[in-house]
Amino acid sequence: MSVPTTNAAPANHPEIRRLVPVLARGYTYESVTEKISDVVLKRPLGIPWLAGFALAFSFLMVLTVAVTWLIAKGVGIWGINIPIGWGFAIVNFVWWIGIGHAGTLISAILFLLNQKWRTSINRFAEAMTLFAVACAGIFPLIHTGRPWMAYYMFPYPSTMGIWPQFRSPLIWDVFAVSTYGTVSLLFWFVGLIPDLATLRDRAPHKWQAYIFGGLAMGWRGSARHWHRYQSAYMLLAGLATPLVLSVHTVVSFDFSVAIVPGWHTTIFPPYFVAGAIYSGFAMVLTIAIPLRKAYGLEDFITMRHLENMAKVMLATGLIVAYGYFFEFFLARYSGNKFDMFLVDQRLHGPYAPYYYALILCNILTPQLLWIGKVRRSVFMLFILSLVINLGMWLERFVIVVISLTRDFMPSAWGRYSATAWDYATLLGTMGLFTTLLFLFARALPAISIAEMRELVAHQAGEHE
Amino acid sequence: MDEHRQKIEGHHEEHDTARAHAHDGGLRVLGASDPAATPADEPMTSRTMDLAAVRAKLQAKTGKQYWRSLEELADDPHFTELLQREFPRQAPAEWDEGVDRRDFLKLMAASLAFAGLSGCGLAPEGHIVPYVKQPDGMTLGKPLFFATVMPFGADAVGVLVESHEGRPTKIEGNPDHPSSLGGTNAFAQASILDLYDPDRAQNVTNFGELRGWQQFLSSAQAEAAAIKTRNGAGFRILTGTITSPLVAEELQALLKLYPQAKWHQWEPAVSDGGREGAKLAFGRYLNTVYRLEKADVILALDADFLASGPGNVRYMREFYRRRKLTGPQSEMNRLYVVEPTPTVTGATADHRLPLRASDVEFFARALAAKLGLGGGAAAPAGTEKWLDAVAADLQKHRGTSLVVAGEQQSAELHALAHAINAALGNSGATVVQTEPVEAAPVNHLQSFTELCADMYDGKVDTLLILGTNPVYTAPQDFDFASKMQKVRNAIHLSSHFDETATYSQWHIPESHYLETWGDARAFDGTLSVIQPLIAPLYATHSAREVLAAFGEKPAVSDYDALRERLKAAYPSGDFDKFWRKTLNDGVVANTAFAPVAGGAKFSVGSLAAAKPLPADQIEFIFRPDPSVYDGRFANNGWLQELPKPVTKLVWDNAALVSPKTAEEQKLTYSIASRGGEHGQVVSNVVDISLSNSKVTAAVWTLPGQAENVVVLPLGYGRSHAGYTGTNKGFNAYAVRTSQALFTATGGTMKKTGDNYPLACTQYHFNMEGRKILSSGTLAEYRANPNFAHEGDEKPPDSDSLYKPQDFPYPADKPAWGMAIDLNSCNGCNACVVACVSENNIPVVGKDQVMRGREMHWIRIDRYYTTSQSATSGKATGDPSEYNASLDNPETFFQPVPCQQCENAPCEQVCPVGATVHSSEGLNDMVYNRCIGTRYCSNNCPYKVRRFNFLRFQDWETPQLKLLRNPEVTVRSRGVMEKCTYCVQRISNARIEAEKANNGSGRPIADGDIVTACEAACPAEAIVFGNQNDPTSRVAKLKAQQRNYTILGELNARPRTTYLAAVRNPNPELERA
Repeated sequence: MSVPTTNAAPANHPEIRRLVPVLARGYTYESVTEKISDVVLKRPLGIPWLAGFALAFSFLMVLTVAVTWLIAKGVGIWGINIPIGWGFAIVNFVWWIGIGHAGTLISAILFLLNQKWRTSINRFAEAMTLFAVACAGIFPLIHTGRPWMAYYMFPYPSTMGIWPQFRSPLIWDVFAVSTYGTVSLLFWFVGLIPDLATLRDRAPHKWQAYIFGGLAMGWRGSARHWHRYQSAYMLLAGLATPLVLSVHTVVSFDFSVAIVPGWHTTIFPPYFVAGAIYSGFAMVLTIAIPLRKAYGLEDFITMRHLENMAKVMLATGLIVAYGYFFEFFLARYSGNKFDMFLVDQRLHGPYAPYYYALILCNILTPQLLWIGKVRRSVFMLFILSLVINLGMWLERFVIVVISLTRDFMPSAWGRYSATAWDYATLLGTMGLFTTLLFLFARALPAISIAEMRELVAHQAGEHE
Repeated sequence: MDEHRQKIEGHHEEHDTARAHAHDGGLRVLGASDPAATPADEPMTSRTMDLAAVRAKLQAKTGKQYWRSLEELADDPHFTELLQREFPRQAPAEWDEGVDRRDFLKLMAASLAFAGLSGCGLAPEGHIVPYVKQPDGMTLGKPLFFATVMPFGADAVGVLVESHEGRPTKIEGNPDHPSSLGGTNAFAQASILDLYDPDRAQNVTNFGELRGWQQFLSSAQAEAAAIKTRNGAGFRILTGTITSPLVAEELQALLKLYPQAKWHQWEPAVSDGGREGAKLAFGRYLNTVYRLEKADVILALDADFLASGPGNVRYMREFYRRRKLTGPQSEMNRLYVVEPTPTVTGATADHRLPLRASDVEFFARALAAKLGLGGGAAAPAGTEKWLDAVAADLQKHRGTSLVVAGEQQSAELHALAHAINAALGNSGATVVQTEPVEAAPVNHLQSFTELCADMYDGKVDTLLILGTNPVYTAPQDFDFASKMQKVRNAIHLSSHFDETATYSQWHIPESHYLETWGDARAFDGTLSVIQPLIAPLYATHSAREVLAAFGEKPAVSDYDALRERLKAAYPSGDFDKFWRKTLNDGVVANTAFAPVAGGAKFSVGSLAAAKPLPADQIEFIFRPDPSVYDGRFANNGWLQELPKPVTKLVWDNAALVSPKTAEEQKLTYSIASRGGEHGQVVSNVVDISLSNSKVTAAVWTLPGQAENVVVLPLGYGRSHAGYTGTNKGFNAYAVRTSQALFTATGGTMKKTGDNYPLACTQYHFNMEGRKILSSGTLAEYRANPNFAHEGDEKPPDSDSLYKPQDFPYPADKPAWGMAIDLNSCNGCNACVVACVSENNIPVVGKDQVMRGREMHWIRIDRYYTTSQSATSGKATGDPSEYNASLDNPETFFQPVPCQQCENAPCEQVCPVGATVHSSEGLNDMVYNRCIGTRYCSNNCPYKVRRFNFLRFQDWETPQLKLLRNPEVTVRSRGVMEKCTYCVQRISNARIEAEKANNGSGRPIADGDIVTACEAACPAEAIVFGNQNDPTSRVAKLKAQQRNYTILGELNARPRTTYLAAVRNPNPELERA
């Protein structure tokens, strides 16, 4: 077992920086496989993992308590009211769905664009997508007044002949999110098959071999297998790509189809998609940075990955800023008094501090990414990713909640204040997300072994 | 009235079916208190059992027989009385804290368990048996309507009560009754909840221990014998205002029997000013009746005559009938109001002058002087121009003008009003005097003071307190509670075990007016019969029965006594016919008092000179609360949760101050983030010190209130009201003295530094320049009849992909619509309570209201506009302009039910089709399809949808089950609800119409369907009907140019439309 030490050049030197590879040099098929699979198969659990998992799991338990109490008492335990019918639940839903964008984008779109640097981050980005969609999927269900009746939203063959009301964007949501979730899961699983087979073969215990063997579905690595695998993966990537764009577009319809000032605007679909990618990449960074540190994967997830992701964030962040600007412009341009009042409220209303915080988090702070030093500072990137995650949550809060506080009838204006249960549910889904990530990091290869081997081959080819 | 609302004359039979139903309806758990089970003619002592005998009886049985016999035993009234006497300490352990229903039931169960029952808690198995012989006139599933009256102070509101299989469920106005003319007010609407209030006292108690009525009777008869030997000395009776001849005659009989006994009266929320003013003006107590239909110009001097005081329901109807506009040529009356604090009458007046209550009299003196009646007082500073204009206007309308003095005002002001009316030739035209409606008019304060003095001197031995709560309502300087302890035997009759009950030896639960026979006079003297709708739910009794217990014939029932009295008073050939007609009509025909001839003999010059209060001195005034009145409705959840008309506060009272006073005292508020403008406002707390006593109150700044006036609303801060009403708000009686019953000076108000959250359903009062409420003056309306449509931005139909004309509503079907005439609405709230009652709307409590979750399907929005002549479309919302008008803004009210949009935004977004459109244009809510996404509410521009965030309905309390309207679904948690245009009433009318003509059917006629809000509205502001029928009332209203839709630019095309408000200001007073 000869793992070479990292020999990455000093990151701040511009000429050498260009050469920072997507895989550190000196790796062989064997060493790549060993390094990644050992995390799953050999490495003891250790105190840090156990402590982290315990913390995450305790938050997951907060979620179960919060949801149990919710189902026992009703959504009245939250801060929602009339006129603010949607609160944290929908904010969290949109936020998580947005986070769930990066994985598929990295895997599918970058795969189709043949971006090699995606290889070492796609697996856990996809996992993150799935977990984020799982977190998001909880909310539309539990936010209903009668979650046990939520199946009415599916077009099942009812004996009464009643169908969902297809004009409602919430029905579109049901299809968009469930399709996205299904395709993301398939895409992730198909990508895992060769690695599962590797794990099966290397498993030190019989029970591990059985589990991985079952999941590997008889993969033997024959050329025919590889041929079909590549086609299937390509097809799924092609299928997933439009979904990345469609799912948040449909989510944005929940708002833009309604007549509420602040919701009813045509800019929402592209602006929501950009925001989703923005927050998704921020979340990938938030996870990748501690992960590579904890498991010594700096050679696989290199500065080049981090910097590329920072650039994507900068670009999508600017699209989002454009969206904010156009919200103002269109309100003025349309002359619609309700819209003009709304943007005035954004700046001067009782919730103005939230709006300013949002601008600070999503527009001003990320401008630091223009600076190369910042892009190449792991610490700064981590901080910025957290800021952007917060900012994107605030954005959804501003859109969903604050637009509802002051709409058409001044007599019905109100305010919203989240309760402890709202926060418990949000923290709880974070617990679910991190619990799943902890389990994923130890149960499955966090980096695609098969694709890393390709990179090794590729690198070898470069040198020959 | 609707065809299906047949009135059936009441007689004993329906009395019995009601009782039978009460048994089937699950009330048997309360069987111990069932009066029906105790034969009234069988004295208690004749058949007592001791516990040993019962045990022996039980031990003799085993197995199934054991259960059966216990069932029998438990039902045996003698047995239950025995239990109560045997284990008295268990039962009333917490009596002093007030009757807790749950504990009561628990303890009752425990008592039974002690006797050998295993307290398994299961109710004995019962059988539902259909009527073997159906009562006459009753069809199961179809409600019946019975006429009765609700006695209230010196008035009685005529009502028709809807009864479902023996359960009264809804109050409607009685069109045949002069005090109603078909309308009702919020109190009458809410009174039905009092009947089913689970906190009502349910048993006769002595020192808090359960007693039977028989035991009380024996005790009363023993007392009566002793009283007789003393010739009545030490025997006192205290009542509120009594307008019932039946009760009065019983009282008079007692006073005759015991010559030294005395009858005292105390009505806390009404001053003696009216009575004493009449005495000043006419030399004796007389009753004043207004003829508002004849009045062109009305000046109200601190008088909220449209919402409070005798005849208010009728006055509202008469007043607003003079404000119905059919076109620009219609004439309107004109109302001037001088008042210290905005009431619904003042807020919607054409001209309103805020003055301190004590200054109102000086204004009246100056007016009298101006009209040449003598006296020489100067008008309060700054009111001269106003006074001149009013005086000129009144003089211009001699014989058709009217001056009304307020219920809480001084005798002098009332006398002045009489004198002015006489001088203007209004006496006999717009105002008449009649004999007093009260059975024995006295000066209440004097009468009550006399009682208190005698109690203090130990001269009161036996005190009967009937239907009032003096421990709570007495002026604080009387220290009534401690005086109660000097009374050897106080017997208190009241609906709840209240403050006075805790100081009384005996407490008798009082029957609700829907449970008892009786009579009452209305504001004009009309005699009405109180007809019960249901047998008493508990062991309750009427005031007459308690009085009779001390008389010579204690066993005579109310029913017999009433019939005897009517037979004697109205001899007619066929008494049965007379009786049936009286019950059917709800009034004894032709009993209104004739006007008394002779004008006011009052010379204004004879008024003693007085000095007005210095302008900078603060005046504290006590007023009945618009929701709980003097405290009697404190335990009524519907009224507690009813936003007070002007302040929109619920569940609390607050010391009301003017914006200027608030500014001077640095009183502030903040809008809480929870609930916000639509829920919670955190306000400063002040200490109010007044005549050596202190009360701590939250402050509310009220635009339009006179400067240096603090209003202390009565009726809150009760310590023994029941679960709903205890410890809500602050008790203004605590600082009220007999010297200053309604207006007090010399007190101070000091900020404590604390804050208090107040629940307020609508804090924002600016329309932000939006087209929501349209208003103008009569002159503007005449100049531009289309003013309501100025600035309309409705998009053309051609903009829509779905052209409305391509998808028309079928012309042969009705198209339901509603028109609300804002010109007739003064925000009195009758419609809101009517809707709550009709549609089983839950009470959610202060905490939920503060979170912005109240459930009312119809709300009354209140807006202030910036200047006297501003039309809403032009209001700029500029803060400086706004602040200037805070001192006396123009106020408008707008009832907002579901707008029933043809292009409903809610329907588009519901994912499951739970809100769908009917072919008749209704926006229907399908509760069992609703999954509660709340998307519809978010997308509703009018925010009329209400969501069951939690389980707001009470599914357990058996009494409340009886209350519900069986035609309306009781919603569970997690579903959305909203106004349905009373779709159950539409369905009923449709069924009737289809059945007509032997099944060939007929069209639904205009007026067949009356929604609950429309039926209740005393001002006839709400009209519902078929807008496809051009002859319908609603179609005619909608054809008026004043007709507009809220936020028409949204193109939701609501079926609920509004007719712009038109005020009729005096051009001389118009701002330049």
